[in-house]
Parts: sequence; C-alpha cells; structure tokens
Amino acid sequence: MPDHNLPEATPFAGLTAPPEVPWPEGLTRVPYWVFQRDDVAALEQSHVFRGDTWNYLCLEAEIANPGDYRATTLGGVPILAVRDQDGEIYAFENRCVHRGALIALEDFGHAREFTCVYHAWSYDLQGNLKGIAFKDGINGQGGMPECFRMADHSPRKLRTAVVHGLVFASASDTVPPIEEYLGDEVMDRIGRVLAGREVEVIGRFTQELPNNWKLYVENVRDSYHASLLHLFFTTFELNKLSMKGGLIVSESGGNHVSYSAIDREAEAKAKAASDYAAQNIRSESDYRLKDPSVLEGQDEFGDGVTLQILSVFPGFVLQQIQNALAIRQVVPRGSGRTDLHWTYIGFKDDTPELRKMRLKQGNLVGPAGYVSMEDGCVGGFVQRGVVGASDRHAVLEMGGTDAKSTRTRATEASVRGFWKAYRQCTGL
Amino acid sequence: MQITDIMAAQARYARCIDTDRLEAWPDFFTEDCSYRITTAENHRLGYAAGLMWADSRGMLEDRVAALREANIYERHSYRHVLGLPLMEEEGPEGLRSETPFLVARIMRDGATDLFATGRYLDLWRSDAAGAPKLAERIVVCDSSRIDTLLALPL
Repeated sequence: MPDHNLPEATPFAGLTAPPEVPWPEGLTRVPYWVFQRDDVAALEQSHVFRGDTWNYLCLEAEIANPGDYRATTLGGVPILAVRDQDGEIYAFENRCVHRGALIALEDFGHAREFTCVYHAWSYDLQGNLKGIAFKDGINGQGGMPECFRMADHSPRKLRTAVVHGLVFASASDTVPPIEEYLGDEVMDRIGRVLAGREVEVIGRFTQELPNNWKLYVENVRDSYHASLLHLFFTTFELNKLSMKGGLIVSESGGNHVSYSAIDREAEAKAKAASDYAAQNIRSESDYRLKDPSVLEGQDEFGDGVTLQILSVFPGFVLQQIQNALAIRQVVPRGSGRTDLHWTYIGFKDDTPELRKMRLKQGNLVGPAGYVSMEDGCVGGFVQRGVVGASDRHAVLEMGGTDAKSTRTRATEASVRGFWKAYRQCTGL
Repeated sequence: MQITDIMAAQARYARCIDTDRLEAWPDFFTEDCSYRITTAENHRLGYAAGLMWADSRGMLEDRVAALREANIYERHSYRHVLGLPLMEEEGPEGLRSETPFLVARIMRDGATDLFATGRYLDLWRSDAAGAPKLAERIVVCDSSRIDTLLALPL
C-alpha cells in the first residue's frame, strides 16, 4: 500500500503540480509544457539564472570609468554593475536594505555613491551600506537603535568575472570559475572576436519576442534552420558552395559556437576548374541585389570565417555575421514573452570603411534583419502551435542523439546540448 | 519648396506604405539618399547603427525585394498618422523638417496595436521637376522596444 504522505520521488519539488507528462530519457525529446508553465518560469529564475550559471551583465566598455554603473537584471532580480575607484567591477542587488526600493533608477549612469531616494540610505560603489539619514535621530529623539550595525546590512553581492571585455556575474557560490564554465574552445572563440580590442557601442535595441525564452535560445543554437528559414542569401544567390563550417558544443552542453568559413582550398580548386561557373549554386531565382555593397565585407579577423554565432548558457549570445558584431542578451518575461537586448558593437580603431560596413551589414541582423527577422516571429509560431499540446513533445534527432562538436551544421547537437545543461540546472 | 509641398509629399509617402505599394516607396528618395530607422535613445547618444540603414536608393529597392521574395513574417499592414511638419530655414543642402508620426500595426487576424511613435528628421531636395525628394530621412522611434519584428519600413 503506497504511503501518500511521502513526497513525490520525482524531482518536481520546484513545481506547483506534476508535469502533464514525464520528460522522456535522453536529449531528443522536449515536452511542450516546459514552454508553457508559469511554475517552470519561476523555477528557471531561481535554478537557472540565479543558479549555478554565469550571466552576462554588460560590456566593460559601458562602465569604463570609476563611478560608471549599469542597472540590469539577473533572474528577475535588479542588479547594479559598478566600476569602483579601485578600477574593479562589482555587482550587487539594486535594492535598498531598508525598505526594498530600487537604489538606482537609470539604466546607465555615473555616481560617487548611491543614495536611495526613499529615505536617503547611502551605499558605496561596492554596495556597502555607508549612511543612514537621521541615524542618531533629531534632538535626541528617534533614530536607529544603538545595536544596529550597518556592516550587517548590505545588498547581496554577486561574483563577477570579465572575459575579453564582457562582464558576467553569478549569484552562485558554487559555480565553477568562468574559464572552466565556458571551456577552452568557447573562450578562444570569444577571444577571436574581442581579445585585446577596445569595444565601442554603436547601437542598442530591444526586441520583444512573443514566446518563451527557451524557444529563442534553441533557435540561436539551431544551425539546421539557418538556410531553410532565412531565405535572403538563397533568394539573391549569395550562397557559395565553397563554404565549410562546423559546430562546437561545450562539455556541459550549454555553450556553443556555430561557424562557417570560406574554404580557400575548395575555392582554389573551383577556380582552377574550367567549368567554374557550373560549380556555383543555381536557383530558380532571377533576383539580384541592386546595391550588392552590403555584402562587400572585410575579412577583419583574417581567418575567412564569415559567420560565428556563440552562445553561453543560459542567455548570452555573441554574434559575428561578416562585419556585423553584436551582443544579444536573452531575458525571460514570464512564460510567454522574452526581451532580447541587442548591443551592436564596433572597435575604437575601426577604419571609416570598416565602420560603414558594420552599419551597412547591420541590415542583416536585429529586429529588421534580412537573416534574422524570421527569428523574431518563429518562436511565436511555436508558442501558439503548442497550445493544448502540453502532453506532446518536440523531436530533436537531426545529426544523432548526442550533444557533441561536429563538422556539419545539419545537426541539432547544440540544441540538445542546451537541454542537457538545462535539465542539469533545473532537475526537471 | 512650400510647407504644403512637404505635407503633400508626406501624405503620399504614408499612403504608399499603408496601401502596400512598397515598390513605389524608394521613389520618394534621391538616388544617393540616406535612410535610417533608429530610436530616441540611440539618437541622443549619437549611436550610428540603425534597425534599417541605407545610403542609396538601391538599398531601399533591395529592402522591398527582400520583403517580397525572401523574408518570412506574418501578413500585416500599417496605418501612419502624421503630425504637422516643423520646417527649418532652407539651406544650401536643402530643406530640413521634423514631422511626428504614429504607426498602428494591423495583423492578418485583425489585431491592431500602436506599433511605433516618433518623428521623421528629413532633408528635402527638389528634383528636376521641382518635386520634393528625401535626401535624408532619419526615423527616430520614441521607444527602444520593437514588438516581434520590423518588416515594413516606417
């Protein structure tokens, strides 16, 4: 006779009710309820974003000088990233320890100290409580009790790490160091774009996605969809046969790099062949760009890689599409909506020609991007498509069942990798 | 160029987009035009990137061709409501004006939302026939947030 007083043996302690169907073993099935439930969304904030993960906060360049700060969120919690007089970056919760009001209200700013507007409690740039208005009362009346020690009352501080100018933070004391968390290959690929460079922000936009955040981060890791959903390059016959590419999936599964490069060997062979023209892809299309200068980018990293999409679990993306460079930060807004923050970047030493090319190729990306606008709506198509199907699941078998690096991009290995890391974090 | 010429051109521009005659949209611009969609925050901070960014009429034609032939998005239309243009003195480079706009987006299922508000920062030049053409249009949206995607031009 089962003892109904015992807690469920299945690990759904964080959910308000058991899932509609169990999550099948392995990495090739994803139940749709995971995109639909508010209790899952709440669990993710505490176990994923505020769990054993590193989360992107801002660019080091955005808080370049002592006193510069950036207000953002991590797992829904308001966070301040601040550069102190000692040159280091600190992150702490943007919440006054007195009555809980926000300490800083602007997204970006410069401060010598932070003072809560409500009752003027003040904090230094590392987030230590330094002042309490009328602490000793007025004319001997009122004031805080003798035993109140300011040192015992500070906003919660987060671990921070800077990787090639990217500021990450973690609410976890047990998450491994960022280098280990990212893995060597992902570190190298971040360095390929950003190492030793002085970043300059050239634009910031927020795209509101009508879908669960995981549908977007799946999409980012989904190298399989690129030439199928995004028809711009095909329509205008801009694809080249002589491309090679691959996929790197980190050990944890959570981080990935998808890249494609000009295959110089294949290109040389094709050129040598007498029927060079016949080797180009033929399509039915008669369309040509009126102004093809949009694609006359430079090989600025000197390795022929024209596309590198890199993600870090859970919500960070570094994008290089030709000369269009951007950071994307994925922020859940409940179970059915997501904020996608785009930061377009260049480098301080860009030549005018290269900078202009970044602006021009900005047309490829973002909410109006020739090869990205579809990503803004396709997550919504899934979100709407799976209504009433919370007992069904998605199929992820393209390229096998594992989550390992591969030479092909016709695979869902990095999507499976995401779910591997996700299930590890959430226990679902 | 009189204010009435600019107002008439603005009215035609809005109707061109709202009635899905996008192929005619590049005709409102000069050959070497500049067209950019940005936001008030980016504009204030001097950030040069745009949601759409073109420095030739050819790029505008390519934008239309991509929307028609390549890009995938749910069918929708806009309704532009334009305010009165604020005119500046005409200088050697042309005539500058600033015109506020509201744009509602009507989705295929009829759902209608306020999609964007903002202002057009324009530089007008007369073509050979004396008609005002846009040498520059910077579309400055008030909000930094774009719902779902931005397909049709503003």
